[in-house]
Amino acid sequence: MTAELPAATASRLDWHVASVTDVRRETARTCSIVLDVPQWPGHRAGQHVDVRLVADDGYQAQRSYSIASPPEDASLVLTVERIDDGEVSPYLCDVLQAHDGLELRGPIGGYFVWDIAEGGPLLLVAGGSGVVPLAAMLRHRAHAAASVRASVPAHLLYSARTWDDIIYRDDLEQLAKFSDVTVAFTITREAPSDWRGYRRRIDRAMLEEIGWPPSATPRAYVCGPTPLVESVATLLVEIGHDPARVRTERFGPTG
Amino acid sequence: MRVEEMRLDGNAAAGALREIFAHDMTTALVTCAGCARASPMGVLMNYGGPMGVILRCPHCDTVMLRIVSTPGGRYMDASGSSVMLIPERPT
Repeated sequence: MTAELPAATASRLDWHVASVTDVRRETARTCSIVLDVPQWPGHRAGQHVDVRLVADDGYQAQRSYSIASPPEDASLVLTVERIDDGEVSPYLCDVLQAHDGLELRGPIGGYFVWDIAEGGPLLLVAGGSGVVPLAAMLRHRAHAAASVRASVPAHLLYSARTWDDIIYRDDLEQLAKFSDVTVAFTITREAPSDWRGYRRRIDRAMLEEIGWPPSATPRAYVCGPTPLVESVATLLVEIGHDPARVRTERFGPTG
Repeated sequence: MRVEEMRLDGNAAAGALREIFAHDMTTALVTCAGCARASPMGVLMNYGGPMGVILRCPHCDTVMLRIVSTPGGRYMDASGSSVMLIPERPT
């Protein structure tokens, strides 16, 4: 780590207009927005941006979305969960298209972030769209040299309602081809008939199977809906993990 | 929707805090004026909404920080926080 503050945390937080280069559907309920942001100062895996929509009459609606792309990529990618009666997310997923502008500020946040220099092992636990900042961490990790990656093995445990609700499923399965990355899904509602994986909410037994033993002193990142995050964080501490190495981010259903 | 799903954490207040502070505040270590325990700002319980931010101590529920935006400016009440340690570098 350098002694200087990264630009990502030291600059003033101003609104900028980013240019949309693509909007792609990830699952039935989520989409990813690919952006070109002029003068983007760079970000750290786990950070988010604030997005602002302004109506003709001046009414403003603002939401936070996690950054899905790793710091190494030229484009900034946000993944948005579409809430049916939301004010912002239906516009982002259904109306926004390439060449549109989108007002945003960021990157924001410094607590729920991970750089490969911080080391591991890495234990990532996601519920629903909480996988977004954790995917940025895995993608950031994948950019490191093989020798560095070998010293930072990673396990992801990801809880989704159905097989089709798993965001970045193909990408995660690609990342899991690295020998030092394990990706495990648990499906809490309808699973395919040939599904052999977990079929329940994340519990202590699952965290003991997928997680690292406390003696490995993993860095844990837990992100998802508040009940899942609080349950998982409590279980990890009960298992014996150091609370100071368990970082959490709660995602709310703000649309 | 369950009430607990509406409760987020200090990470979600990072943008509102950056409107006031020069640095990211989610890693700042904040000591509760109620129970004297210190927590990173990112783990405080956030009951905020469109009006602003209400951050409570995760140990004792004391309201540690309130920010309310009004047309005339922002009110910030930090009387529930006795000390804030803002790290020199992000951790």
